[in-house]
Amino acid sequence: MAEPRTIDIKDQPGFRSIAIICLLVLYIPVLILMIFSLNSGSLVTHWEGVTLGWYGSALRNAEFHNAARNTLIISVTATIVSTICATLAAIGMTRVKPWRGLAAAFMVINLPLMVPEIITAVATLSFFALIAGTFGLNFGIGNLILAHTVFCIPFAYMPIRARLEDMDLTLEYAAADLYATPWNAFKRITLPLLVPGIMSGAALAFIVSFDDFTITQLVAGPGQTTLPLYIWNQIRRPMTPEINAISTILLLVSILFVSVSFLIARRRAK
Amino acid sequence: MGIALESRVTAPQLPSQPAYGDNQTGTNLPPRAGSLNGVIVPEQPGKNAIEVRGVRKVFGTGENQVAALDTVSVSIRENEFFTLLGPSGCGKTTLLRLIAGFDFPTAGEILLHGQDIAPLPPFKRPVNTVFQSYALFPHMTVAENIGFGLEMLGKPKAEIEARVAQMLKLVKMEQLKARRTSQISGGQQQRVALARALAPQPKVLLLDEPLSALDYKLRKEMQIELKRLQHETGITFIFVTHDQEEALTMSDRIAVMSAGKILQVGTPRDIYDRPAERFVADFIGETNFLAGTVVSKKPGVATVKFASNATIAAGYPEGFDPTGEVTLVVRPEHADLVPDPAKGTIAGTLSNIVYFGTDTHYHVKLDGGGENFIVRHQNSRSSPVTYETGAKVGIQFEEDAARVLKD
Repeated sequence: MAEPRTIDIKDQPGFRSIAIICLLVLYIPVLILMIFSLNSGSLVTHWEGVTLGWYGSALRNAEFHNAARNTLIISVTATIVSTICATLAAIGMTRVKPWRGLAAAFMVINLPLMVPEIITAVATLSFFALIAGTFGLNFGIGNLILAHTVFCIPFAYMPIRARLEDMDLTLEYAAADLYATPWNAFKRITLPLLVPGIMSGAALAFIVSFDDFTITQLVAGPGQTTLPLYIWNQIRRPMTPEINAISTILLLVSILFVSVSFLIARRRAK
Repeated sequence: MGIALESRVTAPQLPSQPAYGDNQTGTNLPPRAGSLNGVIVPEQPGKNAIEVRGVRKVFGTGENQVAALDTVSVSIRENEFFTLLGPSGCGKTTLLRLIAGFDFPTAGEILLHGQDIAPLPPFKRPVNTVFQSYALFPHMTVAENIGFGLEMLGKPKAEIEARVAQMLKLVKMEQLKARRTSQISGGQQQRVALARALAPQPKVLLLDEPLSALDYKLRKEMQIELKRLQHETGITFIFVTHDQEEALTMSDRIAVMSAGKILQVGTPRDIYDRPAERFVADFIGETNFLAGTVVSKKPGVATVKFASNATIAAGYPEGFDPTGEVTLVVRPEHADLVPDPAKGTIAGTLSNIVYFGTDTHYHVKLDGGGENFIVRHQNSRSSPVTYETGAKVGIQFEEDAARVLKD
């Protein structure tokens, strides 16, 4: 049991003001972005009145549709594949006898978290260029899916591993004691108890893939525009509140996703 | 200490061989209705449920090797409440895990009804475990937990349901069968863990300190409950504990373990009254140790002389030949004070008197020096003499009170 904590953070001098400043700096820009998505004028800096028109034009925009479709295909596939890989890796690294190279494997899996993303991006680009040059192979959107899957794995891996490590190993002994074969014990005990970890791992992987810009920008071929790339392209032209509307939609999707996975995890944990 | 569970019929006996020969099988259950006046006489060996033969378990490699079990052999009879007793780290849980199959012995055999099960994985052994932490499956209901073993054995649904209902009744949990295991109290979780382990009707039930998480009153209740379950199901129980009182009140036989070895196996009475080694005597109950010299001996009894020149007859463990300087063990309740120092076998000065309600402990500083000798006196309304600290007193021993230890 944790020691009872006696220090009240609210009594610390300056806590309140620092907290308020941080919250303002974090959320005021987002709030302004959302407010200006309702601007009836065509400038993102000058308020004229309220309209939902920009949402309408965003939702009718074929380029936006195309980008959204690409994003979903890439993110969903990358999420599923990376979550499966991460789950298998986490089980292979917590539920077996320690093996040579365990620490090395852990490092390799988590390396993408530490390598600057631009490096990974350039490396991935050169890798695909090499494959295309040597073997004449180009997987099209598959290139992006592959790249996303790889950098999503550590994000999916972390919560799954944490959940496995928290889990009482005695439960698996108990299952084996009650005549469950290793496969049955996994299916009936370990996997159901691991679901919250898998869910939060998948949610994290999805968010990371959904808004990835750096790697996608370098690896994407023609016609493989994702939502972040689309927004980036729009910003380079004269900006209209349509961009704000699109950004707000993206934001709401993210929030929705995170909330759902949080709620599922909480209900499971009870 | 000592609740009224020590009511089994124990034939009066000398510290000699148990009466082999007129052997009845250990499987005939005495008729009873929740009564605890069990009549299993452990001195009549039945068939062996578990035989541990020369089992060694070494953890680590090279210089870091630790022998958790150092060539242990023990036979556990059918329908017996057998306890592995010892301090933490003595190897008792390791032995239990080897029998359950969570670990495999470095050397030796573990026979279950004559068949070597040591190489089998846990899910192939007809042995179930009650874990110290209960290890109930948190995502299942009470009934699902109890039915899990049967389900894994591939029993038909109807049979599982009937058996689960029977188990719920046995542990008096019918009302809570649809609850999640996180929604019931510690004592109830304990019952579910028991029911879950008993449901597949194992040949042997292993219990790994199952009562240690319960508070005192609940623990006492569960001790009685466990004895009742063992009698009603007729399953061999192997119980691991570090609590000597628990071991004495519940067990048919006890194996006292220390540092990876079994030091002594016997009935609670054997272990308490006739400890073979200093560790056993010291670990179980309160004990006085006295130094003396063997002056003569006949089979089973040695005459030992104290520094004061007084002598006493003392039994000694079988297969042991006491000579020269020896250590004697005397339980505090097997000695009594006399006001006249000259009338005692040994004498000393009362240094402390501790009142315990049911009895009083007198600490006596012996004339010859050494540790304080403790005399326990049962309190009654009509105690004839009262003693004061600082008084010179003598100590008399009951017959058979002293025993020579194998040191």
